[in-house]
Amino acid sequence: MTDVLIVGAGQAGMQIAVSLRDGGFDGRIELVGEEPHGPYQRPPLSKAFLHGAADIESLELRAPAFYVDNKIVVVPDEKVLKVDLSGDRGLATTDTGREIHFDKMALATGSTPRRLPIEGAELDGVLYLRGIADALELKKRWDAAASVVVIGGGFIGLEVAAGARMDGKQVTVLEAMDRLIARAVSPETSEFYRAAHERRGTSVRLGATITRLVGEGGKVTGVELEGGEIIPADIVMVGIGVIARGELADQLGLETVNGAIVVNEFAETSDPRVVAAGDAVLLPHPLGGDAQVRLESVQNAVDQAKTAAKTLAGVREPYRAVPWFWSDQGDLKLQIAGLSTGYDQTVVRGTPDDESFSVLYYRDGRLIACDSVNAVGDYMAVRKALGSGSTIPADQAANLETPLKTLVVE
Amino acid sequence: MPKVTYIQPDGAEITLDARDGDSVMETAVKNGVRGIVAECGGACACATCHVFVDEAFADKVGEPGDLEDDMLDGAATDREPTSRLSCQVKMSADLDGLVVRIAPEQV
Ligand SMILES: Cc1cc2nc3c(=O)[nH]c(=O)nc-3n(C[C@H](O)[C@H](O)[C@H](O)COP(=O)(O)OP(=O)(O)OC[C@H]3O[C@@H](n4cnc5c(N)ncnc54)[C@H](O)[C@@H]3O)c2cc1C
Ligand code: FES
Repeated sequence: MTDVLIVGAGQAGMQIAVSLRDGGFDGRIELVGEEPHGPYQRPPLSKAFLHGAADIESLELRAPAFYVDNKIVVVPDEKVLKVDLSGDRGLATTDTGREIHFDKMALATGSTPRRLPIEGAELDGVLYLRGIADALELKKRWDAAASVVVIGGGFIGLEVAAGARMDGKQVTVLEAMDRLIARAVSPETSEFYRAAHERRGTSVRLGATITRLVGEGGKVTGVELEGGEIIPADIVMVGIGVIARGELADQLGLETVNGAIVVNEFAETSDPRVVAAGDAVLLPHPLGGDAQVRLESVQNAVDQAKTAAKTLAGVREPYRAVPWFWSDQGDLKLQIAGLSTGYDQTVVRGTPDDESFSVLYYRDGRLIACDSVNAVGDYMAVRKALGSGSTIPADQAANLETPLKTLVVE
Repeated sequence: MPKVTYIQPDGAEITLDARDGDSVMETAVKNGVRGIVAECGGACACATCHVFVDEAFADKVGEPGDLEDDMLDGAATDREPTSRLSCQVKMSADLDGLVVRIAPEQV
């Protein structure tokens, strides 16, 4: 009998456990997580949860009884500190001093927000958003806060900004680059979001250089920009990207790049006894061309976990799922299908100012991805096309008279 | 607690108690009902929670909203007249006894 230890009880860790059982695996499965909760979903934390539209129980990925019924041992509130693979069997030690013996291991350790390396970052009211604990901190201060400054114009920052604006707060988004969400979307989509947030009354400052955070009595009161201007803030929400949690992988001498655990298309690390999945991983993806990519999405955590579970059970099936992602910023629903890495052409379908449009990405004349804003039909058509290895001719894609799904060709 | 019954494509049935206000999707997923994948966790962004509502409840459950309607058009199993994304159907005393069939293909 094989015993599997899964480190990290998040989206990917939970899915590995569930998929192992779905596949008929009958060994012991232990899922150890550092947070004081069972596996839960993070996306609502920057959306519905802030407005009280979701409670903690509604975030749970499975009811507690499900794990019992499926003989999945979930251990919350315990951190794996050390792993040793030198013996016949692996040995993990946790922060309670407990030792766990196992035959195979899955690393599903996720990622952690990049910290702001400037003066004043330790002030009270400077917040990050990754887990329930962070969201509760934010929520605690939310109602009393009249002004919110978001540092970093990425998805999470913009979602929080949209929510704060909807709740009538004065909101400023500070982005160091010359456009929003620059890492994930085209300039067309970036510009749309800048304009759309501004239309709703949020101030978006691109190319912003922050010199320090200022405070009074240990509490943040504002953000100082180069040149001396101070933007008042009751809350400063920092969303400047995440760092993969590769501590244990590094400890084991597995291959990592900037903390991200390198895996192959079977979710195997450089040690065949260890698989890895989710935010913590750097993976080859067929849609990404030759590039290795790190994907921070529920889809990737789930689909890669399924691959990892197969590998643990000795079934070799490469990870090929089409990536997809969504971001709800107030009433703006962004859906992304595919991977735009290395695109050389874009086609805009619809008019961004109407707040319903798509940007289709092409590489060497073939469709590789799309961003759709309030254009669900386009998104679904592209997702299906990419899933079946089809394309949509670039010279026809902008024609709004024809639904995209009728334009799909081999 | 209102009850909801799920019928698998192979005919297997399971009846669960739903928390008032939880969606038909949440009730299924938390209890490990197979076939409702629900990758986006209810954000109406994935169309992997597709069900066919039993005719008897079709009126009570109602029609999908615009966004959901577009998502259903692209669902992996072709839609039927009573198709809904189960994350968009909230359980309440009114829907006690609801029966849904799970669409065979979700992804
Ligand atoms: C606020 C927010 C909003 C998001 N919105 C979206 C969205 O709209 N759409 C989308 O697709 N994605 C979204 N994401 C991203 C998505 O949630 C992540 O990609 C996904 O959770 C990754 O899953 P994971 O299992 O790799 O990591 P996680 O879910 O982070 O799980 C990793 C777990 O491992 C634990 N851990 C790490 N090291 C150890 C250790 N040594 N011992 C024990 N436990 C350990 C961590 O505490 C954590 O609980 C959002 C993320 C956040 C934070
Ligand atoms: S759960 Fe994703 S659309 Fe219903």
